[in-house]
This record gives sequence, structure tokens and C-alpha cells, in this order.
Amino acid sequence: MAYEKVNELNLKDTELRLGLPGTEQAKEEQEVSCVRSSKRQLQSDNEEESTPPTKSQIVGWPPVRSYRKNNNSVSYVKVSMDGAPYLRKIDLKTYKNYPELLKALENMFKFTIGEYSEREGYKGSGVLPTYEDKDGDWMLVGDVPWDMFSSSCKRLRIMKGSDALVLDSAL
Amino acid sequence: MDRRFPFKVLEHIFSFVDSNEDRNSVSLVCKSWFETERRTRKRVFVGNCYAVSPLKVARRFPKMRSLTLKGKPHFADYNLVPDGWGGYAWPWIEAMAARRPLLEEIRLKRMVVTDECLEKIAASFRDFKTLVLTSCEGFSTDGIAAIASTCRKLRDLELRECIVDDLGGDWLSYFPETSTSLVSLDFSCLDSEVKLSDLERLLSRSPNLKSLKLNRSVTLDVLESLLRRAPQLVELGTGSFSDELDPEEIAKLTKALSELKQLKSLSGLWDLLPEYIPLLYSVCPRLTSLNLSYATVQMPDLIDLLSRCSKLQKLWVMDLIEDKGLKTVALCCKELRELRVFPSGADLDETDVTLTEQGLVSVSEGCKKLESVLYFCVQFTNAALVSIAKNRPNFRCFRLCVMEPFAPDYRTQQPLDEGFKAIVEKCKDLRRLSVSGLLTDKAFEYIGVHAKKLRMLSIAFAGDSDLMLHHLLSGCQSLKKLEIRDCPFGDTALLENAAKLETMRSLWMSSCFVSFGACKQLSQKMPRLNVEVIDEHPPKTRPDSSPVERIYIYRTVAGPRLDTPEFVWTIHKSPEVGVSRLSIR
Repeated sequence: MAYEKVNELNLKDTELRLGLPGTEQAKEEQEVSCVRSSKRQLQSDNEEESTPPTKSQIVGWPPVRSYRKNNNSVSYVKVSMDGAPYLRKIDLKTYKNYPELLKALENMFKFTIGEYSEREGYKGSGVLPTYEDKDGDWMLVGDVPWDMFSSSCKRLRIMKGSDALVLDSAL
Repeated sequence: MDRRFPFKVLEHIFSFVDSNEDRNSVSLVCKSWFETERRTRKRVFVGNCYAVSPLKVARRFPKMRSLTLKGKPHFADYNLVPDGWGGYAWPWIEAMAARRPLLEEIRLKRMVVTDECLEKIAASFRDFKTLVLTSCEGFSTDGIAAIASTCRKLRDLELRECIVDDLGGDWLSYFPETSTSLVSLDFSCLDSEVKLSDLERLLSRSPNLKSLKLNRSVTLDVLESLLRRAPQLVELGTGSFSDELDPEEIAKLTKALSELKQLKSLSGLWDLLPEYIPLLYSVCPRLTSLNLSYATVQMPDLIDLLSRCSKLQKLWVMDLIEDKGLKTVALCCKELRELRVFPSGADLDETDVTLTEQGLVSVSEGCKKLESVLYFCVQFTNAALVSIAKNRPNFRCFRLCVMEPFAPDYRTQQPLDEGFKAIVEKCKDLRRLSVSGLLTDKAFEYIGVHAKKLRMLSIAFAGDSDLMLHHLLSGCQSLKKLEIRDCPFGDTALLENAAKLETMRSLWMSSCFVSFGACKQLSQKMPRLNVEVIDEHPPKTRPDSSPVERIYIYRTVAGPRLDTPEFVWTIHKSPEVGVSRLSIR
């Protein structure tokens, strides 16, 4: 709703457009801190794949004090286990090596994992801990040195049952 | 005009008037009441350090013993206010040091405090007792050392979430060697290690210490030794809670914790490991306040802990608590008054969300005394908001952050207008509100109509037009602070409701559509408002119609401030001059 004339103001003069002064056509200039226009586009036109700035690019959003953000600079990764109803999140920084991590996972999901060997993966238990790395590839937990793993792991998936067996035998 | 009461009688009566709001009203009755009140006010609160000059405040309240000041706008917490904007404590410290040497307490929030300020405080106020700095910056541990060493009657030294130039832990050794009068010590925001022996000796000679908040670098293995020396603690903020302890150490620490018979508040708990939760069992039943927002424990462990905290009134936790954990809280923590659930920072593009609106609904059902909420959640529904409002009409503070901007009710795809309508309709005592999610102008119409006691409102990514702002400014009678970001309006509503702005402490708008021209008009219209334009580009170089990045408007009797940095322009009162940027440090 727009007022034509309010308090003798000619609104055309104060009409705001996101554009360079002097241009007639309003250009959609996206400031990183203003996501409004792109979002509205998404709502009205479902097919167009416009890319709004990701949430991490919006300044000051979500509104969490930087003090808190810095203190919680933890690397949370989601952990799912096939068949388990709940996802878990763990902070990889609390573990110093693979045995610690695996023990924690065992406790968390109440299972036992087979013994790991570089050549043969996890033998015997039909449970396979896998993870997705930065590049989106799914790898076996334990294949790379711990530091490399903890910095590149994005999420964990503990495979069970037939999926695990298939993968197990393929490795 | 009341000449019947002698000054002494009035003075005596006013000494029972504690609240500053009441005192402000008292001051307005007549001249003699103004005079009497001002001579008896001991605790002075200035909500915006630029609203009045330090000199005026110093002169007005000769009996001032406590000064509380706030500086930067609230959105500075989220990096929306560029560094260097202002909020300097120095002019205040200087003025008080010269005129009010009997000042005992200084509390500052969001201000720039330098070592010079701290040294001045130490040197000028001989009875100085209390220093509380919240979200402040600009000083180093040297300044703290000055306070520690010089203020012989120091009772409270609290650094809450400050950004400190940490030059090392030596400052702790500067407290006087004889017994101290310390009651509370909070250095949780410092990074560097303090010497254990310094800390142990300090605790041994601080018999009045009730509140101790350690920093993260204090490791778990030394905690026992510290607690042994301060069993009278009422508030404890631990250091890191993740180091490996052998069974003997665990036993000793368990015992030390169980000896804290007065302990009511627990915080810190950085990196809390699940296996150490049983150590806390003994303190849980007495706890009224628990801050787990830095404890990276999972839901099952949180349930283990929280199910034992039947007296809990305040709980801060991360979303790792999940709906199930909040259900436990609803069942077990019947005394709960305040709940804050922070995001654990995990990926926002999640499909499996284990903390949902249901968590908050459960707590609103089970915790009948709940009155203050801060809740971060990926998405929400109107139905949940309606339930919550029905369950808890006693909310005073409701801050919901739906982290997905413009997220509608995820079940119905409708805006969250109806949900927030229920909140403001039912919660008649609502003082503070933060809205989020997809909202149209209608939501703000509801807020304007119903939220009559609302004092502070925060809005992001909402509304359709100027109507939104118009509803708020014309409707919310008690509104004192309004902060808005990324909303599509500005000029018309602002100018229409200009008079309202003088009844408010401040208005912040960033990434909205407020034009430079409107700012000029507003400033011209309202002589007692400072209209600050905060923009990278000088407004003069752009047409009046171009939007400015940020505006901060606040009422003041001090005129335009003299300490603006190069990116802040206070709009001058005469339009021909345009903008003034007087910069005198």
C-alpha cells in the first residue's frame, strides 16, 4: 500500500529504488546483508534457481553474539546410524584419535565395531563407520591420518546390515 | 507545589523509592520534588550514554554512589555496528572522577573502556567497590591489574563477555596481599592462563567470595584445589571440564563439589565430557541457575543432568538438548523462569532437525512459571505459537529466532502472523519481543494493537511496506527500543510518526529503505533527536532519494555528539548545512 501524497511530500521524489542514481530502470543490486529480493523471487517463481546468499554470508545472522560464536567454534558433525531413530551431533575436537572416537560412537549407539586394519577395513561385525569429507566423497573412517580426518569430516554415517556387507567386501 | 512538607520529610519518604522509573516520575511533579529527589538519588542509570552529557548527570546527583551506562546499540552484538562507532566511557569516568569521588559502583554495557579509564577509576574513587563490564572492549589486563591493586575495598570485579587485550595472567597477582573484600570475581572471558598459586592464595584470603567465574584455561585437575579454598561459593563458573582425571582425582573433585552447600548457580563447563556428569550430581538439587551453553554434551547426558535439577529457575543450553531433552525439563524443572536455547552452529541446511518447535511447546506446557524465552530454531508453526501463548500468558520476554529468513509456517506455508498475534494477545505483560520467520504487515498490526506494555522489539527480514513501521510506532504505547534490519520500508512511516521517536530511547534501522532525504527531514522536524547516518559513503555525494545503509536515531538533550568517526554523520538541524561531523576527541 502506498500513499500518494503524505504531508505534502511528493513521494516520487523520495521513491526508493535499489539502483544507481540517475538510472530509470531499477537494477537488482544485491547487498550481501539484504536477502529480501532474492527470497521473494524464490517464492513467486519456484522453477528459477536463484542463489540467495547462504546463511553464513548474511552479516550478523543468526543473531548470536560473536563472543559466543567464537567460543563455540566447534566442529560439530552429524552422526547417523542405519536403523537408529535419532541423529547425533558430536564435536570432533573432543577426541584425540580414532580409538577414542570409535569408543564414543560405540557407547552412543550401543554397538560394537570390528577391528580395523588398513588392508581389510573393519572385520567381522557388519558395522562400518563411514564419513563424508569436504569434497563430498564417502570414505571409510580410519583410512587417513586422524588430523586430516578431523579437519575434513563433514558427517558420519555408521552403516549396518547389507549395505555394510556390500561395502565391506568391495574394499 | 508542596510547601507543606519540609525537605527532610520528603527526603525520608523518597529514600524508600527505589526504582529509577518511579524516581523519574517523582522528579516531574514540581520543582521542590525534583530538587529533593535529585539530592537523594544514589543509583543512576543512563540507558544511552549519548542522551545526556556526563557533566549534567554529575551535577544533578550529588549523592551518586552507583552509575550504570549503556553505549552501543544492541545490534552491535551481531556485528551490525562498525568498529569505532563510539560509546566511549572516558568522558564519563573523567567527569565523575572530578566531581563525584565518592562513587562506588560503575556498570558499563557495550562501551569502549580503555586502560586509561580503568587507571582513572582506580586512582579517583577511594571507596570503589564494584566494576561490572558487559560486552565492553578497548582495555587490556594491565587495566584490570590497576583496579586489583589500587581499589582496596573492591568487592565485585566482573568481566562479562568482554573483548580484552590479554597480556597474560599476571593481573591476578596484583590483589592486595592482605585479605581482600572480594565478593564476586568473573574473568571468564579472558584467554590466558592465570597462575594456580596466585588463584589459590587469592581464594584463601577472600573469605567473602560468593561468586567465582574462572576462564577456560583453568583446567579440571586444579578445580578441586580451588573449591577446597572457597566452599562458601554461591556461584561457580568452572574452567574447562574435559581434561583427563585419574580415579583418585575424580573422587576428590566429587567430594569438593559436594561440599559446596550454598551453590546455586553453575556455569562454564566448557567441553563438558559425559563421563564427568556424575560429578555434578551432588550440586544439581540445589541449583537455581545452570548455564550449559558451552557444554557440548548430547541429549541423553543432558537429560541425566537436568532430571536432577528440580529447583532450576534459569537454564541456558544448546540445541543439542533436542525436543526430548526439553520434555524432561518440562517434567522435572517446575520452577523454571528463564530458558535460552542457543544454536550449536551446525549446518542450517539440515533436513533432520532434532530440535523443533515442539521442544518449546513442551516447556511452555510443563513450566508454569516460565516468563522469559530465547529460542533458536530452524523453523516454526503458527499452531505451536498459539499453543505456547495459550499455555504461558505470563511471558515477559519472548525472543524467537527462526533461523531461516522468511521461513513460513512449515506445515501450512502461511506467514507466522497468526502465531505472533496469539503471543501479543495473550501475553499482556510482554516487555520484550523478537520476531522472525515470514511476516507480513498484518503481524505488526497485531503487535501495534495488542502489545501495549512492549518496551523492546527486534525485527529482521519482515514486513511488506511502510505500514509495518507505522503500526508499530502508532500502536505500541510503551515502546522504548526498536531495532530493525532488512525490512522494506522507511521514509513515510518514520516521518509520520516522528514525534513518537522522542518518547523512545532509540531506533535502529539497517538495510532498510530509509532515504537520506527523509533523514534530513526527520532531523529538521525533531530538534531533540540525533539522527545518525552510518554509512561507508558520504551521504552528501548521493541524491536525497538514495537509501542509507544504517540509521540510528535517539533522543538526547546533549545535542550531536562530538566523537563521531568518519563513517557516522549526525544530520544537522538546519537543512542547508546538511550533515555535521564534528570530531573532537
